[in-house]
Amino acid sequence: MRNPIGKKVVDIKPSGIRKFFDIVQETEGAISLGVGEPDFDTPWHIRDEGIYSLEKGRTFYTSNSGLKELRQEVSNYISRTQGVTYDPIKEIFITVGGSEAIDLALRAMVDEGDEVLIPQPSYVSYEPCAILADAVPVIIELKEENQFRLTAQEVLDKVTDKTKILVLPFPNNPTGAVMEKEDLEAIAKVVIEKDLYVISDEIYSELTYSGKHVSIVSLPGMKERTILINGFSKAYAMTGWRLGYACGPKEIMEQMVKIHQFAIMCAPTTSQYAAVEALKNGDDDVAMMREQYNHRRRYLLNEFKRIGLTCFEPFGAFYVFPSIKQFGMSSDEFCTRLLKEEKLAVVPGNAFGDCGEGYIRISYAYSLENLKAAMERLESFIERLK
Amino acid sequence: MSTRQEILNIIEKNSRIDVHELSVLLGAEEIVVANELKAMEEEGIICGYHTMIDWSKTDIEKVNALIEVKVTPQRGLGFDSIAERIYKYPEVTSVYLMSGGFDLMVILEGKTLQEVAGFVSNKLSTLDTVLSTATHFILKKYKDHGTILAKKYEDTREIITP
Repeated sequence: MRNPIGKKVVDIKPSGIRKFFDIVQETEGAISLGVGEPDFDTPWHIRDEGIYSLEKGRTFYTSNSGLKELRQEVSNYISRTQGVTYDPIKEIFITVGGSEAIDLALRAMVDEGDEVLIPQPSYVSYEPCAILADAVPVIIELKEENQFRLTAQEVLDKVTDKTKILVLPFPNNPTGAVMEKEDLEAIAKVVIEKDLYVISDEIYSELTYSGKHVSIVSLPGMKERTILINGFSKAYAMTGWRLGYACGPKEIMEQMVKIHQFAIMCAPTTSQYAAVEALKNGDDDVAMMREQYNHRRRYLLNEFKRIGLTCFEPFGAFYVFPSIKQFGMSSDEFCTRLLKEEKLAVVPGNAFGDCGEGYIRISYAYSLENLKAAMERLESFIERLK
Repeated sequence: MSTRQEILNIIEKNSRIDVHELSVLLGAEEIVVANELKAMEEEGIICGYHTMIDWSKTDIEKVNALIEVKVTPQRGLGFDSIAERIYKYPEVTSVYLMSGGFDLMVILEGKTLQEVAGFVSNKLSTLDTVLSTATHFILKKYKDHGTILAKKYEDTREIITP
């Protein structure tokens, strides 16, 4: 028999998270701070709209680009948060989560051999998606001394004639780093100078704790060079609804929608109706969740200080990314021992890129009670290591 | 959001939290938090630090009733004086002035049905200004003070996700 598997897929490394997941699942009584999704339920009024849409029989495909009403709400939302106006018909379309949009943007924009700059540590899908699109991923290693922000120099160091796209994953999973306006201005200058395009994954945009999120699309000359990706999973605690969106120049959107219509047809209809409600009336829910995440963030940082774990202060998403370099073991070893000896699961930093080695990702999408129980275990582990 | 509002949001759900922990969550100095708490107690914004108890899970009998009361307001005093006469009874747990079809909502806690019925017929209905009452007994509490009593939160997420 012939080998049924294509070479390109085989060569892609499986996610480091998957491997660890299997070990955690076999550990009885483990508590986990390893989850990358909110602990809150989707606010009831949003779920209620989803249910109501089902009752009314809204069970058909929507247009490929998504409900017009939802695209209008997305447009309103970006306009009121970033002061940038997107045409809801030609410049916005609805995807199956932000992750579909990442895949489509790369597939629509690159030719074989084009280079895609990917800052790491970052979400696990950019690199494989770039490879599947026949592009060449070029990794930029972010540094703790820069609070894991991307600097213009780091971009310049990696730019070649073949570089076409810069992925901008902020607020960042797993580090919690944010980019402020000045940081983005420096990046935008390089992007324009080197004639690059940006894929800006802003899925955590609502979860910032040091002022409002600034999108690179709000800077002069950047709207026409950027695919803005966002969604409902993190802001409205809607991960299971699988709903996101992409905004950008209409020529690029057209091509992305083309792939989307052949591969997906349209995003889930029920989710789209629920999302309209989220954007119309969800601001208070987001504010409530943000406040609670912020309490937990401060609690964890304070605990780290108390038990002697070094960590830069992150201002976004719901992760902290402490360094474990002082203990002289790898992230994998640290996490495996922590799980075995204290039954506490956290994710090794290198699951998000090689430069995450020496760090661990701790999620605070957990109740304070949960975090307290976890910190007791972490403390007794670290006490033993000292 | 002001520190005050943030403090209130937290202690409304967890009044046992201490000043130190509050200050960590808020990223504020302990002294600032302690002063705010004291000020809000003095201003009557914080009225107490009660415990929510689901009595139905104990073997202690409690009967709760909501009573709609129509009254004649008194010249110069409005509803305040009659409300005061009612709220002074210790078995009365809450009294609210209402808009709509009746005037006062009285919430009562007694040991037995008879005790509550006795209070309504002997004490409440006989007040001069009370025109009528309608008593509703609470059969089951699903949610009280923002807390769902029926079931516990369960984390159904996958253990590790990217």
